[in-house]
Amino acid sequence: SSEEQEEKMEKSEQAAAAFPPSFSVSEIKNKQRRHLMFMKFKQEKRKQKLQLKKKKKKEREALGDKAPPKEVPKTIENQRVYDETTVNPEDEEVAFDEGTDEFCSYFNGLTNPKVLITTSDRPRGRTVRFCEQLATVIPNAYVYYRRGLALKRVVPQCIARNFTYVMVVNEDRKVPNGLVLCHLPDGPTAHFKVSSVRLRKEMKRRGKEPTEHSPEVILNNFSTRLGHSIGRLFAALFPQDPQFVGRQVATFHNQRDFIFFRFHRYIFKNEKKVGIQELGPRFTLKLRSLQKGTFDSKFGEYEWVLKVSLSAVTVFFKMQEELCCLI
Amino acid sequence: MGDTSRLCSVWLGSETGILKGVSLSRKQAFNFCNTSHLSRDQEVRALCWGDPAESELLVGSVDGTVKTFSTEKGSFTETRRCGDPADGCFTGLAVLRGSALVSCVECGTLRVWKEDSSEPVTELSAGKNVCRMRQSPVHPHKVATGGKENGLKIWDLESPEKPVFTAKNLRDDWLDLRRPHWVRDMAFIPGTDKVVTCTGYHQVHVFDPSSPQRRPVLEVEYGEYPLTALSLTASGDTVVVGNTHGQIALLDLRKGLVRGCLKGLVGGVRGLQCHPSQPVVASCGLDRFLRIHSLEDRKLQHKVYLKSRLNCLLFSSRDLEEPAGEGGAQEVKEEEEGDEVWDSMERVEEKPKRKTTEEEEELQKKKSKKKKKN
Repeated sequence: SSEEQEEKMEKSEQAAAAFPPSFSVSEIKNKQRRHLMFMKFKQEKRKQKLQLKKKKKKEREALGDKAPPKEVPKTIENQRVYDETTVNPEDEEVAFDEGTDEFCSYFNGLTNPKVLITTSDRPRGRTVRFCEQLATVIPNAYVYYRRGLALKRVVPQCIARNFTYVMVVNEDRKVPNGLVLCHLPDGPTAHFKVSSVRLRKEMKRRGKEPTEHSPEVILNNFSTRLGHSIGRLFAALFPQDPQFVGRQVATFHNQRDFIFFRFHRYIFKNEKKVGIQELGPRFTLKLRSLQKGTFDSKFGEYEWVLKVSLSAVTVFFKMQEELCCLI
Repeated sequence: MGDTSRLCSVWLGSETGILKGVSLSRKQAFNFCNTSHLSRDQEVRALCWGDPAESELLVGSVDGTVKTFSTEKGSFTETRRCGDPADGCFTGLAVLRGSALVSCVECGTLRVWKEDSSEPVTELSAGKNVCRMRQSPVHPHKVATGGKENGLKIWDLESPEKPVFTAKNLRDDWLDLRRPHWVRDMAFIPGTDKVVTCTGYHQVHVFDPSSPQRRPVLEVEYGEYPLTALSLTASGDTVVVGNTHGQIALLDLRKGLVRGCLKGLVGGVRGLQCHPSQPVVASCGLDRFLRIHSLEDRKLQHKVYLKSRLNCLLFSSRDLEEPAGEGGAQEVKEEEEGDEVWDSMERVEEKPKRKTTEEEEELQKKKSKKKKKN
């Protein structure tokens, strides 16, 4: 057996010394040696890359004006296919569709929003505080404790009491993680995933408590047809006549299908400079489904459903083509 | 207007009241509207061909009017009042020979209208909450209706007192509870008497009126969401169903297995139809797109964005890819245009047509350039 061991050592030494073409760093059984070989390999690669870069730079300088233009790196934003559902502001049909949809009564000044905020059953402290802070942000909002009532039964009662929105904050593991926003008379129901919730006391450099004035609403980047529907859903949460005296603004910023909510107070120092103070909670939303009609997850008709795919590759391509639906 | 409507091979009705025609060979969509200003009570709920030659379309709207659209002229020719909006929306429209119109509304009243009178000739009640009415392609006087807690009933319009066939609900389940029942869409299988229905409880049933069994002969379940639309392929053994989440599946009726799914649709499916001769299926829904998939390889062939939510669709029996060049003058024009296209391209062989000397010189130059490159 000792002879066999010697033979093996010789062979491995020969292999290490001779570097036959089928050699790969992963075949070395000794961890330290393998690590060293890999480090050497990486350093070699880095050196080669630097040399290539230097060469290219020299060539570019040598050519001067005639050099080919610099290549733009591929990013997800670059690779995005133009979405044909992007709304053209002059389109009559879309304008009519929006002018007669479920939200038109707010934008025509006929109704005022009245929001009911509730949670899933038996909420923990964080969610309760989140709901209270949301109620200060949204004017005319009422927080009620959900006593284990079924949503389908809550909805007709709210309609009878003239509420226009029901907002249900879902909680999981003591943290709010979902939001169901149901527009009441017979309107669409949007289900969002909520992440990175920051309550008021966790905010750095925040201002004092928000006042009772109605805030202005900023909706950024809701340019496709679906984006328009969601944008109107948010805009109808707030009264249509913002009180500029209060200098408060709620922003819904959509980027790559994530909607960021921020609540600020601004002050104009002079014509060009603005100072802002962040008040209020901040959270991000991601649309999971938009259902036509009031909350009915089993038998309702969905207008848009997020398709979760399991493999990372398909997610990447979907983000390029289909998933970026709101922008 | 007439020439654009003649090109269209797919017709769709939308929620805003606009009838849309899509020409797939040209990849264009055209809007046809009755009034100059749109309104929501013109929402189109039912579409059907007015005659076997497919020159007229009947459009049923929410306010109870049925409009006739002529594809030759490209405009709406007449309007008929066929019921109150209080009764509910149209759930089915069909045409009997002799220009009689059969209409069914949600409250269950099935009426047969003749052209001249404003009162229905025959009226029968098909129960409450009817979701769909379809006409048998083989026997035009047989219609099937079905709805929520309202089983499949096949009526013979010549003897309207009792339905020819009433389906029985499924057997009680293992807890001895009554099974809920919600027929959303149905189709008559060609060649036999059988009827296929899809339900809101994600089941597909096949009924056979000729057999003594009134319960379904075949039951297939698909998915977890209500199936809203159904269409049979031309061969008759596969059925395409769509549900409220936008999942469209091909089901085999012989054994009851899922053959495959058609991907792409995101919103609830409102209308599905298979082409009468080609193996393609068109789907439309709440996501405002018309999608055409091929049935053999289940790939998406065409996708058209139409800006409103779509309620129903109709295929014309014409070949989809065929450019609608009708009339001798148009054919000659196409040939001439074709000639110019060919002339401007580089030729490698002898030219069979006569040309002017300039063009000959150009072609010779191109040829010499090609030789130099080679």
